[in-house]
Amino acid sequence: MIFTLIDIALLTFMGATAFAILRLRSLFAVVMLSGIYSLLAASMFVALDAVDVAFTEAAVGAGISTVLMIAVLALTGEREKTPAHTPLLPLLVVILTGAALVYGTFDMPAFGDANAPVHLHVAPRYLHDSFAEVGLPNVVTSVLASYRGYDTLGEVTVIFTAGVAVMLLLGGRKGDDAGIKQQPVDEDGDDRRADSKDLDGSGGAA
Amino acid sequence: MRHHRVLRIVSKLLIPFIVLFALYVQFHGDFGPGGGFQAGVIFASAFILYGLIFGLENARKVAPPAVVTRLVAAGVLIFAGTGYAGLFGGGNFLDYGALRADPVAGQHLGIMVIEFGVGTTVAATMITIFFLFAGRER
Repeated sequence: MIFTLIDIALLTFMGATAFAILRLRSLFAVVMLSGIYSLLAASMFVALDAVDVAFTEAAVGAGISTVLMIAVLALTGEREKTPAHTPLLPLLVVILTGAALVYGTFDMPAFGDANAPVHLHVAPRYLHDSFAEVGLPNVVTSVLASYRGYDTLGEVTVIFTAGVAVMLLLGGRKGDDAGIKQQPVDEDGDDRRADSKDLDGSGGAA
Repeated sequence: MRHHRVLRIVSKLLIPFIVLFALYVQFHGDFGPGGGFQAGVIFASAFILYGLIFGLENARKVAPPAVVTRLVAAGVLIFAGTGYAGLFGGGNFLDYGALRADPVAGQHLGIMVIEFGVGTTVAATMITIFFLFAGRER
């Protein structure tokens, strides 16, 4: 009973926050509200007993991305322009997609159903044998780090790639202090010329 | 924010505990919720808080960008290197059981090392992204 009430309250707050994000044109308020939305999502994960996910959502969603978005706001404006077109077509697309997704959930097993396919395949082995095989009391860590270590290596590579991509996009030229500029660039033209020369070279080699 | 005394003092008090909590989440991930991803983000948030309150220049002195960007790659190398260590121990790629004579002890060691690698990459990436976004001029 109490859990149903908590779920209803959290979902209501999330819906209200999402609606406010849609309506507001002040981007600073939108960033703050999306931080609140992440915090509510993290509470939702706690209610679903997914503490590890809640941890990540609270730290990344509510914490770091809010800071990064504020840093972006300092570079751009604080007001969103009123869109020129009517929102009817996007609304229709969203409603259709949402309806399709809700329709898809009808085939899913009930939440927490012990006979759901996902609980019958490898999960019993993880729960019964992982302590003998890996020796960790936290099965989540056993699965993530050992049984599914290859996937986790992939995830770390994704984060590495994201970091490298941001360095390439926002970092300065070669020879700068790790690509972080000390003063504004004034040689954009030179950079571009060097880049195109590189492209030509690789094209010729291929 | 250099002149906000309350913010400065409160964050100065908080930062050591944030770092300590990150280390707890990192090394207690085997026994409770948490692990390298969460610990890395929390660790980075301590540096980001420092950068927000005391300015980017000071934060770059604490975490030199040249070091941090190399740590981004180092974490992935630690993870993949542990995988290759398993190969040399006679097992499969990422088979930590081959790291030690006792497979369970090997699993424990391997998970400890790869979680450290994950935490290193995540923390370094977050700090780098923050430096790059905050250091950009309008």
